[in-house]
Amino acid sequence: MTTVIVIVIYLGLLLGLALFSKTLFRGTSNDYFVASHSIGPFMLLMSVFGTTMTAFALVGSTGKAFSTGIGTYGLMASSSGLIHAACFLLIGIKLWAIGKRYGYVTQIQYFRARFESSKFGYLLFPILVLLVIPYLLIGIIGASKTIYGITAAKTTKAGLVPGAFPNVFENGAIPPWITGLVISAVVLTYIFAGGSRAAAWANTFQTIVFMIMGILAFYLISDKLGGVGAAIEQAKDTHKVRTQSGHVGFSQLTFLTYMFIPLSVGMFPHLFQHWLTAKSAKSFKLTVVAHPICIAIVWVPCVLIGIWATGVPALQDAPSGAVLAKMVGILVKDPIIVGLVTAGVLAAIMSSLDSQFLCLGTMFTNDVVLHDSKKEYSDKQILYMARGFIVAIVVITYILSLLLYKKNVFDLAIWSFSGFAALTPLVIASLYWKRATRTGAYACVIAVFISWVTFFTMSGFGGEYFLAGGIVPAAAMWFIGATAMIVGSLLSPTPSERTLNMFFG
Amino acid sequence: MNKPVILIIFLVLVVLHQDFWNWDNASLVFGFMPVGLFYHACYSLVAALFWGLVIKFAWTTELEEWAEGNSKDEGGAE
Repeated sequence: MTTVIVIVIYLGLLLGLALFSKTLFRGTSNDYFVASHSIGPFMLLMSVFGTTMTAFALVGSTGKAFSTGIGTYGLMASSSGLIHAACFLLIGIKLWAIGKRYGYVTQIQYFRARFESSKFGYLLFPILVLLVIPYLLIGIIGASKTIYGITAAKTTKAGLVPGAFPNVFENGAIPPWITGLVISAVVLTYIFAGGSRAAAWANTFQTIVFMIMGILAFYLISDKLGGVGAAIEQAKDTHKVRTQSGHVGFSQLTFLTYMFIPLSVGMFPHLFQHWLTAKSAKSFKLTVVAHPICIAIVWVPCVLIGIWATGVPALQDAPSGAVLAKMVGILVKDPIIVGLVTAGVLAAIMSSLDSQFLCLGTMFTNDVVLHDSKKEYSDKQILYMARGFIVAIVVITYILSLLLYKKNVFDLAIWSFSGFAALTPLVIASLYWKRATRTGAYACVIAVFISWVTFFTMSGFGGEYFLAGGIVPAAAMWFIGATAMIVGSLLSPTPSERTLNMFFG
Repeated sequence: MNKPVILIIFLVLVVLHQDFWNWDNASLVFGFMPVGLFYHACYSLVAALFWGLVIKFAWTTELEEWAEGNSKDEGGAE
């Protein structure tokens, strides 16, 4: 029960911050969508970092290291440090400049203008939404599973420990429908309060919380295991290397081609929106440099905890997603600490959810309703529209999260990232290749979509899947998309002078 | 720092990420950190240093000035 109280206090603090950020909201649609381009370096770093780190950050990194070993860090974290920063510098800053100059608030507005095609938006929009949905689901389902795990009845050496609410819910645990509802309501509240600005404030707070809680968990767990030296000594040797043996380790080719997956940040619609909130191009400097360091601060302790867990007898059959919670619960035991670490996990999840909800609402409003609309809408009407769409998206995601609760959504999320990564030839060509044309853009998106559906089907609709030699599908899809973009562009007429002057003048 | 130099260093970093020489090495650094993990933790710091140097020596202010430009062209949608 104490653990639940700590989590409730944390959610209360978050709502308090939302009320504060509401006082800064300027009441305009521009402020709601892109915070009037006013976010400085530190908040940009925290909001971009918090958004890119999902449930994967604390729960996923620990669980993946527990199941596959130390290679998890190189596979997902150090590669992201290099590639994410490259995307922020080479894609993010340019899109910020174009968005600021021409008043774009969504990716699709930019692509429509760059590729001289209104209809292109109607092709890209459903694909982006389709790819964001699994990403949303891992947040809500991840939160529900975490809360269920810490509040459920447990069997220990001392006997059965009842759940947090023994006479109220089955197994004494808070059911997924309540957690999903509360998390969605909290995120909705602060997004409604101040849109992008509130999301930036909340993300800053939540990113600080989950970074501190990761370090706290690391310190307390290592202390209980007798120090970092003793902790690593009792871990399995198979997990201290990357040698492939069963599900542990990786092939060289998997490790190499996995570097394509972090490219996904170049096409995330919610990151595009965060980039546009920046006050100036200079605001990006801190984000580019500090992002790899922030990743290391969160991931190194979590990967070590996952490796240590391989030597803890009580965890041998634990599902990978429950490793962090069980390490804290079994070793640290203190309900306040368990509550704080759980708050950290929720912070990592909600700092991504808010941006995703907000960007989908922004896209529906600007790319579907307002685009080509003959009617003039006031700022107030646009805000109501965006909020209405966000509610609709939250309701759909909430229902899906209940229906898919027992599915392994972490594997599904990799497919989401892979799809976005495969679409990056579109944005790279649009920014750096004058010869990139509408036909090339259509060819790229259609080729990526067809290859994604093909590989997704071959994987058994969302399972782990590799091509020959361990190549990840994202790498193959990226080359397919890039080839389609190049061939399609070269076979079609050059973009108009006016478009070239707009974007390359 | 010109663009070809940046690209070459970037490609070298991509190759260094593969560190096949650490693949089967289970030794510990400072008595608690598997060498494969230590290498990649250092790699994260090197990546940050690399991007810091790119920003210091290859940053251009033209893009910012262009973004702040007063002329606001029409969109090119059909």
